[in-house]
Amino acid sequence: MNRIIPAMLAACAMIFAPAALAQTPPNVLIVGQIAEPKSLDPHAVTATNDFRILVNVYDGLVRFADGTLEIEPALAESWDISEDGKTYTFKLREGVTFHDGTPFNAEAVKFNFDRMLDETHPFHNTGPFPLAFFFSTVDEVNALDELTVEFKLNEPFAPFLSNLAYPTGLIVSPAAVEKSGTDFGRNPVGTGAYKFVEWQGNTRVVVEANPDYWDGAPSLEAVVFRPITDANTRVAEMLAGGLDVMVEVPPDSLAQFRTDANFAVQEQAGPHVWYLILNTKEGPFKDKAVRQAANYAIDKQALVENVLQGTAEISAGPVPPAFAWAYNEDVQPYPHDPEKAKALLEEAGYDGEELTFYVTEGGSGMLDPVAMGAAIQADLAKVGMNAKIETYEWNTFLGEVNPGLEGKADMAEMAWMTNDPDTLPFLTLRTDALPENGGFNSGYYSNPEVDTILEQARVSTEPEERATLYQQLQEIVHEDAPWVFVANWKQNAVTSAAVTDFKLQPSFFLMLHKVSKN
Amino acid sequence: MAAYTLRRLLAAIPVLFGLTLLVFLMMALIPGDPATAILGSYATPDNVARLNAALGLDKPLPQQYLIWLGNLFQGDLGRSYALNRPVLDEVLERFSATLILAGTSLVICSVLGLLAGIVSAVRQFGWTDRIVTFIVLVGISTPSFFLGLLLILLFAVKLRLFPASGMYAVYGGGDLADLLHHLVLPALTLSVVAAGVVARLTRTSMLEVLRQDYIRTARAKGLTELRVIYRHAFKSALVAVIPVIGIQAGFVLGGAVYIETVFQWPGIGAMLVNAISTRDILLVQGGVLVVAASYVLFNLAADLFQSILDPRLRR
Repeated sequence: MNRIIPAMLAACAMIFAPAALAQTPPNVLIVGQIAEPKSLDPHAVTATNDFRILVNVYDGLVRFADGTLEIEPALAESWDISEDGKTYTFKLREGVTFHDGTPFNAEAVKFNFDRMLDETHPFHNTGPFPLAFFFSTVDEVNALDELTVEFKLNEPFAPFLSNLAYPTGLIVSPAAVEKSGTDFGRNPVGTGAYKFVEWQGNTRVVVEANPDYWDGAPSLEAVVFRPITDANTRVAEMLAGGLDVMVEVPPDSLAQFRTDANFAVQEQAGPHVWYLILNTKEGPFKDKAVRQAANYAIDKQALVENVLQGTAEISAGPVPPAFAWAYNEDVQPYPHDPEKAKALLEEAGYDGEELTFYVTEGGSGMLDPVAMGAAIQADLAKVGMNAKIETYEWNTFLGEVNPGLEGKADMAEMAWMTNDPDTLPFLTLRTDALPENGGFNSGYYSNPEVDTILEQARVSTEPEERATLYQQLQEIVHEDAPWVFVANWKQNAVTSAAVTDFKLQPSFFLMLHKVSKN
Repeated sequence: MAAYTLRRLLAAIPVLFGLTLLVFLMMALIPGDPATAILGSYATPDNVARLNAALGLDKPLPQQYLIWLGNLFQGDLGRSYALNRPVLDEVLERFSATLILAGTSLVICSVLGLLAGIVSAVRQFGWTDRIVTFIVLVGISTPSFFLGLLLILLFAVKLRLFPASGMYAVYGGGDLADLLHHLVLPALTLSVVAAGVVARLTRTSMLEVLRQDYIRTARAKGLTELRVIYRHAFKSALVAVIPVIGIQAGFVLGGAVYIETVFQWPGIGAMLVNAISTRDILLVQGGVLVVAASYVLFNLAADLFQSILDPRLRR
C-alpha cells in the first residue's frame, strides 16, 4: 500500500498537471514539516523536526559552520581551553539582546545550564530535559564578568564544543523562562534570526524576521512552519503551491519533482548511519568470519539504489563521511561478493543455523526498514544464511533491542544521527557501553584497542589528534565487523522556484537565516 | 423526559470510568513507555529511569491511575509528557476542530443520505434508483482516505479551487469564509460513507412505509404525492433512521482519525494517533474520555429526538 498510493498519486498528478502555481504570501516562507513540534524549548526536545524550527529562533555559544560539521563562533566570539582540557572560558559577543529585550550575558548562559543540570535550580521543574546528559561532564558554570563565562568539567571531554553547537546547547532567555515557567516551550524567546510570533496547535508555527539580529537581519519577512504528517498530503500540498519548502520528500515522489522546472530538489548527506547490530556474544556471529561474510553477502548498492531509490549512500564504517574532518577515506565499504561470503562461512563452519533478525516498522532515521529487512534477508539466503524476521513497532523495538540481544536475536536493524564522531562509537561499541552498564552496545562488541582509542579521543583537545584516532577506529571496527555497515542517509528537500539561497546542512538543521524568496 | 435524560446520563458515568480504566490498562500493557519514546536512540536504562522519575511514571500503576482519577475530579486532566502542556487545553482545542469537521459532515451526510434514500425509494427499480444506488454503493466501498487524496488531486492540485490541507490559511486568514473554504473537501470526504449508509437505510425504511395501508388511504383521499411522501411516509420512516444517524455520529468521529491525517485537520483524531505512538498516556486518556463522552451524548440526543418524533417511545 505504501508503494501503490504514491505511484497512483504520481500518475494522477501527470494527468492533472499543475496549471499555474498558486501563490504563497510574498516574502513569507512556508515550510512543510513532518510533524507538530513537541515544544519550542530547545532543552526539552529530542527530534530533528523540532530542531528545524529552534535553530532559527535561538543561537548557541558556538555553531556548525555553513556546509560543514566544524565549530565556529556564534554567541561566543572566542574561547580558551585549559591545558588539562577541563576548563573552557568563553568570551561572549557584546550588545546581543534576546527577543524580549533583555540582555544576553554571562549570567544568562549560567542560568541556561544550571536550569538543565542543577536539580535544586528554581526553574529545573520547567523540564524534563531528556538530553541534559550531553552536558553531564559539566561540574559548574561561572559568570566571571558580564561577558566572560567559564565551564568547569569533571573530566576532559572533547565533544563538548559539538554538544554546545547542538540544539540542547541553544541559549534561552532567562527572563522569559521566569515569566512563562512550564509554558516556556509554547512561548519561546531566544536571540536568533527569527522571533517567535504564534503557535497554533497542529496548524502552524509562525516566526518573523528579527531586524536587530547580530549576524544581519534576514531578508524574509516571516517563516511559517506547517506540520503535515502524511507524506502524500505533503507532496500534494507542495504540488498545489501551498508550500515553498518541503522536507523529507518520499523517494517515490523525488523523480516527479526533479523533472518539473517549478521545483528544485536539494540533497545533503548527513551524520547518519544505518546498520545491523550483530550479536557477537553468542550464536554464529560470535565468529568474526561469519560477521564479515554477512557484510560481503548483502548487496548495499541494490539497497540504496532500489529500496531507498538513491536517498542514501553506502556506508563503510561507524563514522559517517559527513564528519569530513575525522573520516577515513581509505576504509572502503565491503564489496558485494557472495562467493567470498560463502567461502568465509565454510571456513567458519557455519551450518545454516537459523538467525533471528529484529526488524522495526518505522522509527527515527530508520528509512524504509521493512523493505530493507526483506531485501537483506533475501541476500543472506543467497549465501545460505537463514534469517527469520521478527517485526516490531518502533517503541517496542527499542524496548527489545536497547537492553541487549542476548538470548533473543542474532541481528537487529538500527540507525543513529549524531553531532560528533565520538557519540555513536562511544555509546555503542565500547566495553563500558554494554547494556548492563547503561550503554547501547546491544551486540556486546568488545575490543580493548577500540576502548583505548575512544577514551583518548575524548580527552584530546587537539582536533588533528582526535581525527587520527577516529580514522584508526574506523579501520579496526571495519575489520572486526561488529555490525553490517549499510547506509548513510541523504536528507532531501524540495523548494519552489521562487526560493533562493536555500541550502541543506550536514547537521540536518534547517538554517533559514540567509534564504530569500522572489 | 427529564428523568429519562438524567437516568441516561447517570448510566453513562460507569461506562466512561470503565473505559478510562481499560485505556489506562491497555496503554500500560503495550510495550514501550513515554521515556523511551521521548529519548528514542538515547533511551539507555539509566536515562529512561531518570526521565520516568521526572515524569512521575516510577510510581506503581494503581497509584498512577488513582492520582489521575483524583485530579480528574478537580477538573485537572494532567500534563501531556510529549507536548509538555496541560492535557485539557490540548484536548479542548483539538476537539473543537473535530466537532466542526464531524458536525458539518453529519449534516451533509444526513441531508444527502435522506434525499438519496427518499428519491430511490419513491422511484424504486427506476433509472434514478439504479443510478443513486450505484453511487451510494461506490461511496460506501471507497476507503475514505483514498477518496480524500483523489479529491485533493482534483480540486486542490489541478483545479486549485480548494486548499489541499489545513483548517485556516497559513498566513493571515482565520475568518469564517477561510474556515469554510478549508472545510469543503474534508467534510465531503468524511460524509460520503455515512451518507451511503443513511441512504440505504432510508430507502428500506421508506419502502416499508410506502406499502402500508394508510399511505394508500392518503393517496385515495386525493392528497398530493409530495404531501403523501413528506407528511405521511417520510416522518414515519425517519423514526427508524434517526438512531442510525446517531450511530453515524460515532462513525464520523472515528473516521475523522483518517481524514484529519489526510487533510492535516488539527483535530483530536490526529492528536490521539500521535499520542498513542509517543505513549502519552494522559493525553490518550483525556482524548478518549472526551470522544467517548461526546459519543454518549450524540446517541442520547438521537434517542431523545426519536422519542419526540414517536410518542410511543416515551416511557
